[in-house]
Amino acid sequence: MAHDSSDRGFDLKAMLRDERFWKIAFQVITLVVVILLLSFFLGNLNRNMIQQGKTFGFGFLRNPAGFSIGESAIKYRPNDPYWRALGVGLGNTLTLVTAGIALTTLVGVAAGIASFSKNWLLYKISRAYVGLVRNIPLLLQLFFWYFAIYGTLPKPENQIHFFDLAYFNNRGVYIPWPGTAVLALLGIAALGVGAIAAYYLWRWRTNIRIDRGTGGLPQTLALASLGLGLLLFLTLGMKWTIPHGVEGGGVTGGLRLSREYVAALSALVFYTSAFVAEIVRAGIQSVTKGQWEAARSLGLQPGLVMRLVVFPQAMRVIIPPMNSEYMNLTKNSSLAFAIAFPEIYSVATTTYNQTGRPVEVFLILMATYLILCLIITLVMNQLNRAVQFKER
Amino acid sequence: MTPVTPNSFASGPPALIGLGPIAWAKKNLFSDWFNSLLTLIIVAIFSWGLWRLGSWALTMAQWPVIPNNFGLFMTGTYPPALYARIWVLLAIICALAGLSWGVLARNVSILFSRNVRLGLAAIGAFIVLFPPTRPSALKLLPLVALVAAMAAVGRQGGRRFPGVGKWISLAWFLSYFVALWLIGGGLGLTRVSTNDWGGLLLTLLAAISGIALCFPLGLLLALGRRSALPVVRWLSTAYIEVVRGVPLVAFLFMGQVMIPLFLPVGSRPDRVLRAVIALALFSAAYLAENVRAGLQAVPRGQREAAMSLGLNTPLTLGLIVLPQALKIAIPAIVGQFISLFQDTTLLSIVGLAELLGIGRSVLANPAYLGRYAEVYLFLAVIYWVFCYAMALGSRKLEEKLNTER
Repeated sequence: MAHDSSDRGFDLKAMLRDERFWKIAFQVITLVVVILLLSFFLGNLNRNMIQQGKTFGFGFLRNPAGFSIGESAIKYRPNDPYWRALGVGLGNTLTLVTAGIALTTLVGVAAGIASFSKNWLLYKISRAYVGLVRNIPLLLQLFFWYFAIYGTLPKPENQIHFFDLAYFNNRGVYIPWPGTAVLALLGIAALGVGAIAAYYLWRWRTNIRIDRGTGGLPQTLALASLGLGLLLFLTLGMKWTIPHGVEGGGVTGGLRLSREYVAALSALVFYTSAFVAEIVRAGIQSVTKGQWEAARSLGLQPGLVMRLVVFPQAMRVIIPPMNSEYMNLTKNSSLAFAIAFPEIYSVATTTYNQTGRPVEVFLILMATYLILCLIITLVMNQLNRAVQFKER
Repeated sequence: MTPVTPNSFASGPPALIGLGPIAWAKKNLFSDWFNSLLTLIIVAIFSWGLWRLGSWALTMAQWPVIPNNFGLFMTGTYPPALYARIWVLLAIICALAGLSWGVLARNVSILFSRNVRLGLAAIGAFIVLFPPTRPSALKLLPLVALVAAMAAVGRQGGRRFPGVGKWISLAWFLSYFVALWLIGGGLGLTRVSTNDWGGLLLTLLAAISGIALCFPLGLLLALGRRSALPVVRWLSTAYIEVVRGVPLVAFLFMGQVMIPLFLPVGSRPDRVLRAVIALALFSAAYLAENVRAGLQAVPRGQREAAMSLGLNTPLTLGLIVLPQALKIAIPAIVGQFISLFQDTTLLSIVGLAELLGIGRSVLANPAYLGRYAEVYLFLAVIYWVFCYAMALGSRKLEEKLNTER
C-alpha cells in the first residue's frame, strides 16, 4: 500500500485499463439508466393520472362493489365492498388451485409411471398423451372442455347419472359431499393427521421388528384401530348428502360443481399432468440401472422395486421441478376467467372496469399471485429437504 | 403397474427381430394376468372411444365450417383484394426455406431421396385432396415446386461457395422486415391497419416477433443474474422473480392498459405492438432462467482458462461461455419458444383476432352456432403441428451440435 496517488498524479490511461474501475463504472451506469427509465415511466404515469383526475390509493376498496358473483365460498352480496369481492375471487382461485394440485399430482405421477409399464399399450398411451397435450395451448383446451365437452352434456331434464351417486347435466356436476363446510374441512384434516400418524406408527412397527425380529403387535393393533376410526368417522360422522335427481330435471342435495369450475379444473389437470408425467419420467430415468438390478437381486417384486427403491430416489430429482409446475398451475388458473369462472383475476378485471384504477388493481393481483407462489415454494422446499440425500 | 428397467426401451423401439407377432403380443401385452387384464380394459375403452369419435366425425359433425372460413382462419379480416401480397410473402419464405434446406444438405449424395420424394408427393396430394386448400391448389403446388427447385439451387450454390450460409441467415433476418412491409403496407403499398391482421398470420407474426425480442433480453437478464456485480445482479433477479410471479394474462391485459399510462401523455402504441412487447417482456424472464441453467452447467475452468489467455469479460462470455451454455440450454430454450407460441392464444383475450380469436368469432356467427368441437379440433391440429415441428427441430439441432459422440 505504498502507492501515493498525489505523487504519481491522476493517471487516466491506467484507470481505463483497470478492471476494478470498469466494474464500478458499469454498475453506476446501469443504476443511472434504470433510475432514469423508472423516473421517466413513473413521471409519465403521474402526469397521465393527473390528466385523468385520479390519485393513487387503495381507498376505493371500501366502496360497495355493486356487481354479483356467480359462485362463492364465503357469503357475498352485491353491495359488499370491493375487498370482499376480491376475497371471494381469491377463495374461488384457492378451491380451483388446491383441487388442481391434488389431482395433477395423482394423474401426473400415474401417467409418468405408466410410461415404464411392461404393457406396450399403456406405455404408448402415456407417451401419446404427453406428446398430444403439451403441444396444444391451454386456452384452446379450456374452451374445448367448456364448450365441446361439458357444454354438450344433456339438459337437466334428461341428465345422466352414475349409480345415483353423481349427476351430470349442462349446468354442472353434482357429487356427494359432507353436510357442512366445517365437517368437510374436519374430514380432510382428519385424513391428513391420520395419514401422518399411520406413517409414524408403521415406521415404529418396522423398527421394532427389525430390532427384535418379532413383536410389534400393539403397533399393528393401533394402526388397525386408527384405520377403523377414520373409516367410521368418514362414512358416518360426516353427514354425507347424496345428490338426488328430481322429476322433470334438476338435482337436490350433494355439492354442485358449476360447469365453469369443472371445465377449468379438467383443463388445468389434464394440461399440467402431462408436464408432471415428463418430470416423473425423467426422475425415474435418473435412477441408475444398478439400483433396479440390486433391488431385484434382493428378491423384491417389481411393484416393491418401484415403491421402496426407485421412487424414493427419483423423488430427489422430481420435487424441484414440481415446484414450478405447481406455480404454473396456480398462475394458469387465471385463464379460467375466459370461461367466466369468477376467480380473482376475473373479479379484479371487473373491479378495474368499474373503478378505472389499473395500477392499484394490478398491484393487488401481483401481490396475491406472488404470495400464493411463495407459499407453494416454502412448502415444496420443506418437502425437498425431507427427500434429499442424507449424507453422513 | 409393473415397472421394468428403463434401459430396456430407452433407446428406440424394442428389437423385434426374430419375434413373430404372436410372440410379440404375448411378451408385450399378455405377459401375466394383470397385464392381460390391463390390455383388455384399454382395448375395450379405446374401441368404444374410437367408435364414438368416428360416428360423431362422420355423421354428426358439420365440417363445412372449416373450408367456408378457411381464409379467415389463415389471415383474419385481411382485405381479400390484397391477398396477392400474402402470396408473394409465402413465395419468398418458400424460396428461402428451400435454399436453406439445400445449403444445409449440401453434403448429401442424393438430395431427392425416396423418402423426400414421397414426402413431397404426400404434401402435393394433401393440397389437392384437403377441401380447404383445394381452391388455391394452383398457387400452393407451384410453391412446393419452388421449395424443391430452390433446394437444388441451394445445394449447388452451397458446394461452390462455402460461406453462403451467413448470407442466408442475413436474408432470413431481412425477410422479417420485408414481411412486415408486405403485410402492413406503406412505402408505396396500400396500408393495412393492424386491426385487419389476424388468423394464423397474426399468430405466427406475434410469435416470431416475441421470440426475436425476448431472446436478447433473456440473454442479458441471465448474464445479469450470474454477474459478479451486485447492482446488476439484484436488478436482474428482481425483474425475473417479479415477472415470474404474475400470470401472463394479467401481464397482457394490464400491458394493454398500463403501457399507454407509462408513456408520455397522449402517445398510444399500436395494439399488436403492445401485446407483443408484453409477451416478450414476460417470456424473457422465463428464458433467462433457462439460459442461467445453461450458464451454470459450463465448468468454471472454461472461464478461468479464457481469462488466463487474456480475453476480457465480453470476449470470454461471447466466445467461450455463451456458445457452450446455449448449446446445453437448447432444449429448454426451444421449450420456452414453444410455450411462447402457445401463449399467443392469450392475445385473443385482449381482443386481437389471432388464430384462436378468429375461431371464437367464427363460432359467434349464427350460421355456425354450436360447431365448437369441429373448430377447436381444427385449431388444435394446427397448433399441434407447429409445436411438434419446433420440438422435432430442437431435437435435430441438439443431435447436430452434440460433439461428445
